[in-house]
Amino acid sequence: MAGQTREGNTVQAGENRDFSPKILVFSTHNISDPGIDLAGSSHMHYSPTVVVTSMPCSSGIKPEWILYAVEKGFDGIFLATDGEECAYLPDCAERTSHIAQEAQELLTQKGYEPQRVRMSGICSVCAEPFTNHMKEFSELLKKLGPARKG
Amino acid sequence: MSDRRIGVYICHCGGNISDYVDVERVREAVQGEPCVVVAKTAMFTCSDATQQEMVQDIKEQNLDGLVVASCSPKLHLFTFRNVARRAGLNPYQYTQVNVREQCSWTHTDDKEGATIKAIRLIRAGIARTCLTEPLEPIIIDTVPQVLVVGGGIAGLRAAIGLADIGIAVFLVEKSPAVGGWINRLGKMYPHGKNGGQLIAKLVDEVKKRQNITLFTNAELVEKSGNIGNFNVKIRVSGQGNKKDNITANVGSIIIATGFETYQPKEGEFGYGIDGVINLPEFKELLDRCDGIPTRNGKEIKDIVYIYCVGSRQQPDLENPNLYCSRYCCNAAVHSSILAVEKDPKSHQYHLFKDMRTYGKYESLYGQSRETGSTYLRFGEDAPPAVEKCSDGKIKVSVKDLLTFGEEVEIKADVVVLVTGMVPRKNDELVDVLKLPVGRDRFFNEIHPKLRPVETVVDGVFICAACQGPKNSSESVASALSAVTQSASILKKGYVELEPLMASVNPELCHWCDVCVKTCPYSAIEKGEDQGKEVARINKTGCKGCGGCVPICPRDAIDLKGYTDAQIKSMIDGFLKETF
Repeated sequence: MAGQTREGNTVQAGENRDFSPKILVFSTHNISDPGIDLAGSSHMHYSPTVVVTSMPCSSGIKPEWILYAVEKGFDGIFLATDGEECAYLPDCAERTSHIAQEAQELLTQKGYEPQRVRMSGICSVCAEPFTNHMKEFSELLKKLGPARKG
Repeated sequence: MSDRRIGVYICHCGGNISDYVDVERVREAVQGEPCVVVAKTAMFTCSDATQQEMVQDIKEQNLDGLVVASCSPKLHLFTFRNVARRAGLNPYQYTQVNVREQCSWTHTDDKEGATIKAIRLIRAGIARTCLTEPLEPIIIDTVPQVLVVGGGIAGLRAAIGLADIGIAVFLVEKSPAVGGWINRLGKMYPHGKNGGQLIAKLVDEVKKRQNITLFTNAELVEKSGNIGNFNVKIRVSGQGNKKDNITANVGSIIIATGFETYQPKEGEFGYGIDGVINLPEFKELLDRCDGIPTRNGKEIKDIVYIYCVGSRQQPDLENPNLYCSRYCCNAAVHSSILAVEKDPKSHQYHLFKDMRTYGKYESLYGQSRETGSTYLRFGEDAPPAVEKCSDGKIKVSVKDLLTFGEEVEIKADVVVLVTGMVPRKNDELVDVLKLPVGRDRFFNEIHPKLRPVETVVDGVFICAACQGPKNSSESVASALSAVTQSASILKKGYVELEPLMASVNPELCHWCDVCVKTCPYSAIEKGEDQGKEVARINKTGCKGCGGCVPICPRDAIDLKGYTDAQIKSMIDGFLKETF
């Protein structure tokens, strides 16, 4: 999906050399937050324009919060989910991916690129995978440019 | 907009934060936020002196909200909730903002960026705190009794452990006798201890303790109530079809229902051919023979072991068991040593994918090689073929990767399929307890490392092989861990439940029952509000996951502490662009 718009965005990326995408991460108390904490304890670096908010379970995220965050100024939303480790809901991964899909549809309806929503399972020791996700997602969002144009 | 009075404390963490974040600039940026009455920095917010200062500020300044920006909430959430409590402030009006693990430490390369991020994080924390409401934990008196389900080595040992710290035990075993798998075993590693004797010793100990009540032929059939005080119904089958129901009150429940051995499918590595048997059958055969092992009157001279049967299966199978069963390499190697002990002239051929005799079991592997065991390694793409021969022997063909792919044929008397562990079929129990089951169909703990025997059902603990493959010593260790967890609740005399659960706005709810179907804990039921049917949350059943929140088509459900208004105000707080 990213490939389709790559050409147009290269121009944009050139225009926004200093653009540092703002990313909101929804994490979970028991599983992904410890993984993100571990990235910090290990002094791994990702962009400080990434902020994390933690919930009990990623299945409790409302798609409209994601739209709200993008409309208000975040450039990308990352759902750091429990994957199959969720202690609450055995179908947590399916539920969260449904939430991500709904959020993508909401964004598309409002003229935002659906790639601004990403999800991945982040476990309690997934420090490096999380850091890599943040780097890759930042790169993609740089190509897309700011969510709010103009 | 709001007349809340909030105190904000920003921690230096002795330099862990302040070396990478300009904390004074952060303080200046947030002190003018709406509702902020006090904004201070401290070298260590968790120190006694600063905690005391916070208590004093809360009292003198009449604060009704507290924000501490310091380390991860995993370390000090409860510390500062207690500060609030000591000062007469509701602990749930406290918010911890993580500016160490998720800010200073991860942006040690960018002080400006980290400082701005800290301001954003704290602003969101303040915004969330503005919308907190006082919540009271649900306090429940505990009953000093425990139900242990499963009378194998883990359940027996747990019962004894509980009894010795003064907690009465109801031990429930489904089959007519206790002891489980271990009771059927002869010599075990290490020291050649006999499984049956180990169990007999435990049973003796159980009998000595008057505060253990053992029910055999019994099952847990109903559970109501909650952590600290469950009502349980145990169904005991007597002579004929006679069934008795016994009810009891228990403070916690320990599940130690163990495993089943994997049942190979017809034709899987020759299963079905006479002489192709699984690992427990082979162990039983060895334990039963006094001299040279025989089968159907014939001496067993050539034994082939095929490893990883039913474990580490390929993902393209239907419902594959992807996990390693952990005990079987050790058990098969041990069995082969026993076979050589019984008949030094017998031949042992081990056909494995990977050998995993971890820890001290490595010495078993060494010992088996010294006593003449032959190891051949097969690849994932070329599993051994097993065929019946006309002379009654079984031909096993394998391509051995340890010898550059030599094709080897072995004529065996017995082929042992080294079968792994699979979860027991416990549908009724899962239904009664609402226990979460993982993808591998074993029971799921809250956290594999930090909370290894707790489940999301408060007061229900899991231990031993029902939560994943374990050997007997690992099972007993986890059983004793469940004992400790039970005692830590029941010895205090009461428990406090987190009030952070779902709540329904009856004005918006139209009772469509979508939320009811989505809750695996049956915590949502039909209620009434001013003559109207509405959804109602059962306070002791709700786990506070919030899974029902996005499902509601009318946005009528909020999760306390993470309400719609709080999340949106946090988003606004993150995005304020003045620094």
